[in-house]
Amino acid sequence: MRKILFLVGLAGLLVVGTTSAHAQNYVLTIKDHRFTPTEIKIPANKRVEITVVNDDPTPEEFESKEMKVEKVIPGKSKGVVRVGPLKPGRYPFFGEFHEATAKGTLIAE
Amino acid sequence: MLGALLIVFREVLEAGLIVGIVMAATRGVPGRGRWITIGIAAGVLGAGVVAMFAGVISEAFQGSGQELFNASVLGIAVVMLMWHNAWMARHGREIADEMRRVGTAVSEGSKPLTALAVVIGLAVLREGSEVVLFLYGIMAQGTSGSALLAGGVLGIAAGAAFTALTYFGLLAIPNRHIFSVTSWLIALLAAGMAAQSVQFLNSAGLVESLDQTVWDTSWLLSEGSILGRLLHILVGYTERPTEMQLLVYVAILIAMYVLMRIARPSPRNPMPAAAE
Repeated sequence: MRKILFLVGLAGLLVVGTTSAHAQNYVLTIKDHRFTPTEIKIPANKRVEITVVNDDPTPEEFESKEMKVEKVIPGKSKGVVRVGPLKPGRYPFFGEFHEATAKGTLIAE
Repeated sequence: MLGALLIVFREVLEAGLIVGIVMAATRGVPGRGRWITIGIAAGVLGAGVVAMFAGVISEAFQGSGQELFNASVLGIAVVMLMWHNAWMARHGREIADEMRRVGTAVSEGSKPLTALAVVIGLAVLREGSEVVLFLYGIMAQGTSGSALLAGGVLGIAAGAAFTALTYFGLLAIPNRHIFSVTSWLIALLAAGMAAQSVQFLNSAGLVESLDQTVWDTSWLLSEGSILGRLLHILVGYTERPTEMQLLVYVAILIAMYVLMRIARPSPRNPMPAAAE
């Protein structure tokens, strides 16, 4: 029974796991617990890729409930996150480990 | 210090709720203390290892290693929880009956404990690795680190206290209901985990179908609020679920229900305790 469930799940994953066309990439850099740029403009209703580069020696958690993103970026490291499709609007994001300074907005238009 | 306390508390709370529910669900099963301890210890150890290799994990799979890691961890936990519920559907009544008679432990086999120890271990590992990374970051910064570190330690203590609160709160449920209550809690927990796992696969670019947001209830209950966070862990509340998340959530609940029905012992052989 368990084996069957597992196989069904796996098959399901394979079916939906079709690779997509390359999404447009945007780069966000964290330095001194601040994001650069603080605003990113992206096309609405499209999937985009954001590469978060952490130039600080300390880890940061890139987070946005609005974009459904939560991702730890270790110090001196980087990670890629895919977001969207997003309706036109402003989507704030922040660094959870340094919420006071690490803030920014993504604008879908 | 307060900031550090809150951040650590939030992570520990998430693992703590799961530990509390699992502990309540295994009430009366012999040897559970040992398995739960093993689960927590393995989780803490694993969290350290994961934090140590965070950079490697993060940059693996074209920068999506962390999402794939989280999705896998959640996926395994969901399977384990389903296994546990199926087992409990079959043996829960015997345990409850015996608990009523003897008062405490029973001699029934301890099969699902390994599954639940894995669930606990994975929950502690996932949340714990973030705590370790965060605390490491504080220490690496040096200046005024001690106050922040104290906040972190207090956060862990507060999270542990909440775990105890969850556990003893669930214990207040009468014996004869506790297994059905914890079974449903675990079913909802598993469905929420599965939906979260799907979102990680989406962030990694692996699951992209049905990615439209179904509703937005952030105005009503923010996922960042305390209640929103609790509901997020307990029943998988999401302020902006995608179609795929909703689908997986419902599918897991149905699968869990069917599995528990199949596993339930046939009514032709009533439990001996029913006659007492």
